[in-house]
Amino acid sequence: MSTKNPKTKIKIIDLQKEFENHWVTRGVNLDIPEGLMTIIIGRSGEGKSVLLKQIIGLIKPTFGNIIIDGIDITTLNNKELNECYKKFGYVFQFAALLDSLNVFENVGITLIEQGKSHEEILPIVKEKLALVQLSEDTLYKYPSELSGGMRKRVGLARTLITNPEIILYDEPTTGLDPITAHLIHELMFDMQKRLNITSVVISHDTESFKYADKIALLHEGKIQYFGDAKTIWESDNPYIYQFIRGLPEGPITKEIAYFKDKA
Amino acid sequence: MIIRFINFLGKSTINICTTTGEFTLFLLEAIKTLCTSKLKFSKTFSQMDRIGVESLSIVILTGLFTGMVLALQTYIGFQRVGGEQFIGAIVALGLIRELGPVLTALMVTGRAGSAITAEIGTMIITEQVDALTTLRINVFQYLVIPRIIASTLILPFLTLFSMFFGIIGGYIVCVYVLELSPEDYESSIRNYVEISDIKGGLQKAAVFGLILSWVGTYKGMYTHGGARGVGIATTQSVVASSILILITNYFLTKLLEQL
Repeated sequence: MSTKNPKTKIKIIDLQKEFENHWVTRGVNLDIPEGLMTIIIGRSGEGKSVLLKQIIGLIKPTFGNIIIDGIDITTLNNKELNECYKKFGYVFQFAALLDSLNVFENVGITLIEQGKSHEEILPIVKEKLALVQLSEDTLYKYPSELSGGMRKRVGLARTLITNPEIILYDEPTTGLDPITAHLIHELMFDMQKRLNITSVVISHDTESFKYADKIALLHEGKIQYFGDAKTIWESDNPYIYQFIRGLPEGPITKEIAYFKDKA
Repeated sequence: MIIRFINFLGKSTINICTTTGEFTLFLLEAIKTLCTSKLKFSKTFSQMDRIGVESLSIVILTGLFTGMVLALQTYIGFQRVGGEQFIGAIVALGLIRELGPVLTALMVTGRAGSAITAEIGTMIITEQVDALTTLRINVFQYLVIPRIIASTLILPFLTLFSMFFGIIGGYIVCVYVLELSPEDYESSIRNYVEISDIKGGLQKAAVFGLILSWVGTYKGMYTHGGARGVGIATTQSVVASSILILITNYFLTKLLEQL
């Protein structure tokens, strides 16, 4: 599944984030390889989504650096960051579709805002919908008329419209039934391989491990484990051993710790 | 006790300064966006429809009944000094210079200003605004500017309706309820109301339109904390807009008087 020594696409160095005297990330160091799928796991409330939003620049870190293709995005101003977004796609936890727009407008919003005509946009939108296995019947439906799985697929299609190099997924299968979750996993895997996209996925779903190349475990604001996905079940790292088996005893405590200091 | 009080005072001062700074920077960012990017005409017209056309019925009703009650109250006072022939002018001047712009702005704040905050606030907490950002869509150009422009342009038109129907309401009460002369009502308006009064009223309305949309979009964009947060932001938006409109009204009246 994984290639040998892939280039680092995203380098995270000593990333720290404080919210009102509460340190969420406390020194995250992580090298995310290019063209592979890296899954970040960790307990709810550990700051995985905050980490993902820092990677894309939606949340500014308090300290640390995020280097993408040699550019430190933590030093960019809004205009430069906007340019950097060309590389990114972000699939939100609840899809974040604009509820006043239909599927066509949601998927094609970037092109609509660029002033492209309906005739130019329609074939592109149809192509992206086909990639996520949605039929043309959904084109003029509104988000409220779609199921959870369909909304996530529309969110993924919207992300693909700009042909991103990196896609960040925030819990893409949360709240979905196992069959739809399986379909979403297959789609993500297919996209990543077919389009050589670097994928970073936040997930709790152990099912997703079989599609991943690398797995990182975030605990107490730091990466406690980073390794190949295929050897994860053989790992003797106490954190990963406890987490993936869901054991009550181990280094991961029941309560989420709130850190007043970053150390 | 004293230290706690000083602490509270310090925190409050910092909060007020932070909010004022953010609020001002928000408008500056909107002006910058307006000057540097293309105005989205279709979105602006759609907002004019939502803020203006959909508010028309309540604005007309407010104007009509305000004019009616103003005529009735003025009659009670003026009857004592024998000045019934001036009721038309008083009703018209009151509505054109003050009540029309202020009441229209307050009604639109309650109806459309709150909706602006609730809509943008919901988009914030459901990550729709984050989605727009990651899709490289200028959030100010897409969400804020159309609402501010629409509200600033449409409020004077709504106010015109309010003024007109207020004067009609006054006429109905004077002529059909109080059985006064319709000629007196009309001639006093013609004699004492000037075009500059109408211009002043409409200028005020435009400023109030700016205020209610500025506060509405600002409060929406700074919403946090889920559904409760949207509720709090919406309430704060209506309260802050209403107070700002009333305070600004005094200073605008002073300013227009001096011009």
